[in-house]
Amino acid sequence: MSWSELQMLPVLWLVVTLVVFLFASWLNAKAGRSPFLHPVLVSLTLIILVLMLSGTDYQSYMSGGQYIHFLLGPAVVALAVPLYDNRAMIRQMWLPLLVGCTSGAVLAAASALAVGVLLGLSDEMLLTLAPKSVTSPIAIAVAEKMGGYGSLAAGLVLITGALGCLFAPWVYRLLNIEDPAVKGFALGVGAHAMGTAFAFEYGVMAGAFAGLAMAMTGAFTAFFLPFLVVLFGL
Amino acid sequence: MGLNVALGFLILLACQLVGELLVRGLDVPIPGAVVGMVLLFVGLLLFQEIPNGLRQTSEGLLKVLPLLLVPAGVGIMQYLGFLSDAWAELLTALVISTFATLFIVAFILQRMLARKSEQQDRDPS
Repeated sequence: MSWSELQMLPVLWLVVTLVVFLFASWLNAKAGRSPFLHPVLVSLTLIILVLMLSGTDYQSYMSGGQYIHFLLGPAVVALAVPLYDNRAMIRQMWLPLLVGCTSGAVLAAASALAVGVLLGLSDEMLLTLAPKSVTSPIAIAVAEKMGGYGSLAAGLVLITGALGCLFAPWVYRLLNIEDPAVKGFALGVGAHAMGTAFAFEYGVMAGAFAGLAMAMTGAFTAFFLPFLVVLFGL
Repeated sequence: MGLNVALGFLILLACQLVGELLVRGLDVPIPGAVVGMVLLFVGLLLFQEIPNGLRQTSEGLLKVLPLLLVPAGVGIMQYLGFLSDAWAELLTALVISTFATLFIVAFILQRMLARKSEQQDRDPS
């Protein structure tokens, strides 16, 4: 059996993904849960290296990866369970959550656009950059609707997620934040699904608030972004 | 117990399916799964109780959520060439904006919640 035949086996990429993820999780535990060695970030880097070195394209990888990727849908729906468990807290905190989500969503898009304008990015690049802090299905749709590049928007979303996971522990130490609800919510607003996955390391409550934040920010951004970009003359 | 898990999985997928149908029908750029989550949350609020199997299935899926993000994340490799054109500008914008967003959201929540608990301390009703 040649390598090019083996490369087409979906189960090979399932095994590679699981082996790399387990290794990355072990490495992260060894490193005292350092955010610089977050299992998702380490897994992405290692798998991309394996694919590049073996001359495998993303489509061949996804012939196996799609089976893991599919479960992301029901997992997002499942976030409703921890949300329901924390319903009393959500009822009590709805105003701070609403203010935090809307100001975070506006700030995320406006600050990225402002820096982009200062650094002289093209209009298409700016429109691609604007939806970077929302979960990728929303970001792709919004970027394409406004005239940016959908596929690049998805890439920027992923990088934002990774940066959010890197910065979060640092920001929380700086502000002296202990409350898992606050930790989770800020991660969900700033770093969408990757932030939500990361938030589960602060416990189920943090994960639930991150999921809530991700959904609120995504929906809100999809509606206000077309108006915001007009303010920037795009 | 096996049937319970199947029922839990069915509830999740059914919510996602209705979510997908809704976003397609209304032509809105929101993922069907996010709408499904809202539907399930409202459903649980009405039902007032979580079926056994749903809790097992949901907690199992959420425990491996980081793993589920890996295949989509590997997709960054498709944009490496694209990014090389303006990577310094894009990265600067992402770093500043992501840091500012986390900082401000955490700060606002911390302040608003602190004030709220102060009020409750003063006025224990």
